[in-house]
Amino acid sequence: MTVDGSVTERPNEAVVADAPEMDQEPRRIKRKLPKSLFIQPVLILLALAGFLIWRANATLTTVQERTLGYSSIKAETIEHLKLTFAAAVIVLAIAIPLGIALTRKKLRRVATPVTFVANIGQAAPAIGLFVLLAIALQVGFWTSVLALCAYAMLPVLANTIVGLRGVDQRLVEAGRGQGMSAMAVLFRVELPLAVPVMLTGVRTALVLLVGTATLATFIDGGGLGVLITTGINLFQPKLLVSGALIVGLLALTVDWLGRLFEELFRPKGL
Amino acid sequence: MSETVASTRSAETDSGPVSGAEVILENVGKRYPGQQQPAVGDLSMTINAGEIVMLVGPSGCGKTTTLKMINRLIEPTSGRIMLGGEDIIKANGDELRRRIGYVIQAGGLFPHMTVEANVKLVPNMLGWDKKKTATRTEELLDLVGLDPKVYRSRYPKELSGGQQQRVGVARALAADPPVLLMDEPFGAVDPITRQRLQDELLRIQKELRKTIIIVTHDFDEAVKLGDRIAIFRQGGEIVQYDTPEEILASPADDFVESFVGAGATLRQLTLVRVKDVPLDMPVTARIGEDKQEIARRAMQEGARDVVVVDERNRPLRWVDLRELEGSGKLAAGEDNKLKVIGEGATLNDALDTMLVSSHSSAIVVGRGNQIVGRVNVDIITNAIALLRSARNGANDDLDEMPDHDSSTRPSGARRVTR
Repeated sequence: MTVDGSVTERPNEAVVADAPEMDQEPRRIKRKLPKSLFIQPVLILLALAGFLIWRANATLTTVQERTLGYSSIKAETIEHLKLTFAAAVIVLAIAIPLGIALTRKKLRRVATPVTFVANIGQAAPAIGLFVLLAIALQVGFWTSVLALCAYAMLPVLANTIVGLRGVDQRLVEAGRGQGMSAMAVLFRVELPLAVPVMLTGVRTALVLLVGTATLATFIDGGGLGVLITTGINLFQPKLLVSGALIVGLLALTVDWLGRLFEELFRPKGL
Repeated sequence: MSETVASTRSAETDSGPVSGAEVILENVGKRYPGQQQPAVGDLSMTINAGEIVMLVGPSGCGKTTTLKMINRLIEPTSGRIMLGGEDIIKANGDELRRRIGYVIQAGGLFPHMTVEANVKLVPNMLGWDKKKTATRTEELLDLVGLDPKVYRSRYPKELSGGQQQRVGVARALAADPPVLLMDEPFGAVDPITRQRLQDELLRIQKELRKTIIIVTHDFDEAVKLGDRIAIFRQGGEIVQYDTPEEILASPADDFVESFVGAGATLRQLTLVRVKDVPLDMPVTARIGEDKQEIARRAMQEGARDVVVVDERNRPLRWVDLRELEGSGKLAAGEDNKLKVIGEGATLNDALDTMLVSSHSSAIVVGRGNQIVGRVNVDIITNAIALLRSARNGANDDLDEMPDHDSSTRPSGARRVTR
């Protein structure tokens, strides 16, 4: 046996050894908030200021004056937000636990059929859903909330499932291997790691809800939809555009808050 | 003969007391429903307290299943597993796993927890008080060679692969478990880092003397780390369970022989550790010392180069005699990538390291990375000569062709080098 012989026997290792810095320490993570996070609120505020300036200087008819009165806009906006958040709370309370359950070993098989049902809620025309539910139940706030829930369930459910499925199974096993209970692994490993994907689902649902809540007015559920429908029925473009603008700004604000939340609550170290 | 070798190895005077526990598998089997072939058939083996046992075999041979049955990540369908005299099948799975260290490839660290949080995991579950846990964390990070001050608050992503693996070992050792299970622990790092991590593991094991069971597909790794090796065949059957020396010397059948493979000659070097051969001590110097004084010392020893060490005797770089010409003090220079190996490294590792070193020798470091000597070509050549003469002494009827070594007994040579 010669030294040369040994070189030819293990050529790969010798080659790798030529690059001594293979096991280099990566740079430390520095987290920065994305720039768009700062631009969005500025644009929202600019648009809002524009609307208020127009509102203060526009010449309006009595009907317009009444519908676009600050107090009535304020009341409708609050009602709109109530619809949105009532639905959101219910959606979160149902979709997240359901999503968790559907990723557990025993229920994994039924995940696809359940997601399919949630898909129907999303795919059905929203206006149809409102009207059907109003016929089946009654008109009003809570029926609107129910319709909104059916509509916003999918993004939260789907993202909870995708987020949890995306967690490296080796980490789950590492957790169990350290003696963590299945519950502990869920709460301390799986959920924290799924949080970014789940929060995106929540934000999508919220934005959807703000938009769709305009339909509540058709079944006497209130909200900013009143402005839009009045605008259409009485052919008042000023009302229509004002209503649409306020809803749009509201949706953008909710989206911005959601993104801020995502940035702040994303687990460190990822 | 294998018994003698194993006992010599565990009777080393400089190692700590055994803190491991005996693990016995009795007719253990795992059969998945709907599958004709069992993943593991009917497996019995005894793993002595304080030994490293390597489970090797082709993929799908049931070695990982066997490992995971010991901490019941996979529930055996038949048989009994005893840990330190206790039947673990009756224990609560989660509580059992807190008493058994578990290391997977690439460490399996939780990316959203700091190094400290990862290591503290099991102590916290066991309800240790904060102070004890904090001290223990520091101790463990030191043990695996990571400065707690620097690395405690880092996230896994901010560590290199080798460092992550070290933290993985620290986490597994946190609650001082008697048994450590490792599933291909060094599979995800480059060969040089792997060699270093293996050396570190041997150094740690010398201190702690746990029972360690390691799954690997790398036979060289098995020979280097294992007190015993279990070679698996499809269906979770153990073909041979013996010391590396015995397996290399007399493979049980063709399967083992093909697994041991060619290059068995070279593997003999894997059986000899650096600490078992007489090392050569290079001339050392410190930064700030008088150059002429260093040169005089080197000349006296007949050395052509000098190793610069820091205040804690950790080697920094080589300095040539030519660089010591003129007067003045030795200045701090760039560390020119000096190649080091641990005391637990094999001569095979040393050879690898020497081949890529510019000074055709490998510096050997001990605890705290302090220099303890160096290996050069002469030392390796001497070791080979000793191995040969020992083999020939034991097998007078065989000719001297090294190709016949697979039928010879390198285990005899081991004792000569000691």
